[in-house]
Amino acid sequence: MSGRAFLDSDVVHAFRQSPAAIASAFVALVLILSGVLAPWLAPHDPTDLATLSLLDSFKPPWPAAKAEWVNLFGTDSQGRDMLSAIMYGMRVSLLVGFCSVAIAVTLGILIGLTAGYLGGAPDTILMRIADVQLTFPAILTALMINGIAGAALPRTMRDSMQVPVIILSIGISLWPGIARTVRGSTLVERDKEYVLAARVIGATSWRIMLRHVLPNVLGPVLVLATLGLGLAVLTEATLSFLGVGLPPTRPSLGTLIRYGNDFLFSGQWWVTIFPGITLVLMVLSINLLGDWLRDALNPRLR
Amino acid sequence: MFAFAASRLLQAIPVLLTVGLISFALFAFVGDPVTILLGQDHTEAQRLEMVHRLGLDQPFFIQFAYYIWAALHGEFGISYRLAQPVSRLIAERLPATLELASAASILAIAIGVPMGVYTGIHRERWSSRLFMAVSLIGVSLPAFLVGILLILLFAVSLEWLPSFGRGTVVPLTSWWTTGFATWSGVRALILPAVTLGLFQMTLILRLVRAEMLEVLRTDYIRFARARGLTDRSIHFGHALKNTLVPVITIIGLQFGGLVAFSLVTETVFQWPGMGLLLVQSVAVADIPVMSACLLLIALVFLTINLIVDLLYFVVDPRLRASRDP
Repeated sequence: MSGRAFLDSDVVHAFRQSPAAIASAFVALVLILSGVLAPWLAPHDPTDLATLSLLDSFKPPWPAAKAEWVNLFGTDSQGRDMLSAIMYGMRVSLLVGFCSVAIAVTLGILIGLTAGYLGGAPDTILMRIADVQLTFPAILTALMINGIAGAALPRTMRDSMQVPVIILSIGISLWPGIARTVRGSTLVERDKEYVLAARVIGATSWRIMLRHVLPNVLGPVLVLATLGLGLAVLTEATLSFLGVGLPPTRPSLGTLIRYGNDFLFSGQWWVTIFPGITLVLMVLSINLLGDWLRDALNPRLR
Repeated sequence: MFAFAASRLLQAIPVLLTVGLISFALFAFVGDPVTILLGQDHTEAQRLEMVHRLGLDQPFFIQFAYYIWAALHGEFGISYRLAQPVSRLIAERLPATLELASAASILAIAIGVPMGVYTGIHRERWSSRLFMAVSLIGVSLPAFLVGILLILLFAVSLEWLPSFGRGTVVPLTSWWTTGFATWSGVRALILPAVTLGLFQMTLILRLVRAEMLEVLRTDYIRFARARGLTDRSIHFGHALKNTLVPVITIIGLQFGGLVAFSLVTETVFQWPGMGLLLVQSVAVADIPVMSACLLLIALVFLTINLIVDLLYFVVDPRLRASRDP
């Protein structure tokens, strides 16, 4: 699709008509950009230990007395600027979120296409596995895979492998929903005439699946991928909050919340509440965008 | 109905065996029990003798059969971290989780269903709109943040309720201790139960409301009004009853979610239950506890799905009438 055709499409038109969609897209975009561009935008580098001073610790956020404009969201126990820590944390959260959704989408599309196009025994077996996994909540599956990988890896490799392990475990926990949807759409597309035509001219099954069927089932996948990003970010934050997620050397939003939780009773609420608000805003805006996309791509609801 | 239940039970067995295989594979391939038991310094003869005594020289499937046999008798080995039998650890922690989960469910149903009915009947009132707006927040907030906010408000600022632990517990049997019997136990239960139940409550509220709106539009409700029945009898005797099938499905399936979220809630409130045990075991790779929890969770989920399927028969007479479902 060319750029002009995209700008004239129904979805873009529906987007311009919906203030809720524009607002949530704006919030999501601002958050994603400030996370991705953190090393250039953040006022301070929280990983640079040399610039930290314990004299700066636990400064309250901006409107309070004694607070400084520089530390808008206050500082933590080691004098780290919370705003910068949150921006770097978002970067890690988003990295894990995007990568695990990429894994889930790849797995889901391959398995869904295979099951739907081939039918028969592969279909029954693959969908049975998906059904069984769907009965367990994603967070539990991710926790278990994470635990098994942690136990299987040698002790020296655990810290360095933690990020890939988390990405993989969240990715695996999310595939069944996508595979089921792709399979459903493939079943509909499989018997249409263009597939028959492709088969008549001698295209292989793989070619028909990837070149002809896949583009026609991508709409629902896009919706599930958007909602999946929200879920992946939330799952990662939950795992990190439980202390089985990312190591403290690469703090994500969840790690920041867990760490700040220890200071709740001594009155330094901002160390945990600001990362929390950021997480809620991010997940909420992504979810609202996904919900809107689902309605916009569904012609029956228009 | 009996045939249906039996076929469901038969379907559950391969799933349980698969989960059992995974949890056994954890035992068999992760870590080296012989080195753990003998220490680093041992002769080859000692090693072979230990391998023989543990049955590790048997074929894989014979070992698996022994494992399943032991699991059926409640034997899951010894925890690496706590050096206690896993079955005893779980038995000690189970009551805490069950009490928390049932308190949260009762809270969610007792508040969610009436609020759903209310917002369904009076959909235009401002109070209904307020409930719906609040429920949207309840759906979007992650469970651990709800817990943190409740602690900040009721434990740190207002100092009304305790923020961690179970309070004073009273032993009922040799291993079942209950927190319901003392005032401090009940007080300690409030914040975790609200945290755990909030998501479920909002889900039930929105579902009951949507179903009520649907049912109130049907002809038989209009007919019931034409017969001159009271509003009360129409809303609760006729409308609510017919919303129950999807509501039971969701409540049942969400009980699984409750188990998952109890991990989070128990960590926030340091509630000494199964969830906290599992999280701590995963953090230090305590394999016997992990594999036992894996089996137990699969068992719980399959049981819930079975109960939900059977409840359909109780609620929906049409299913009872047809011979084979």
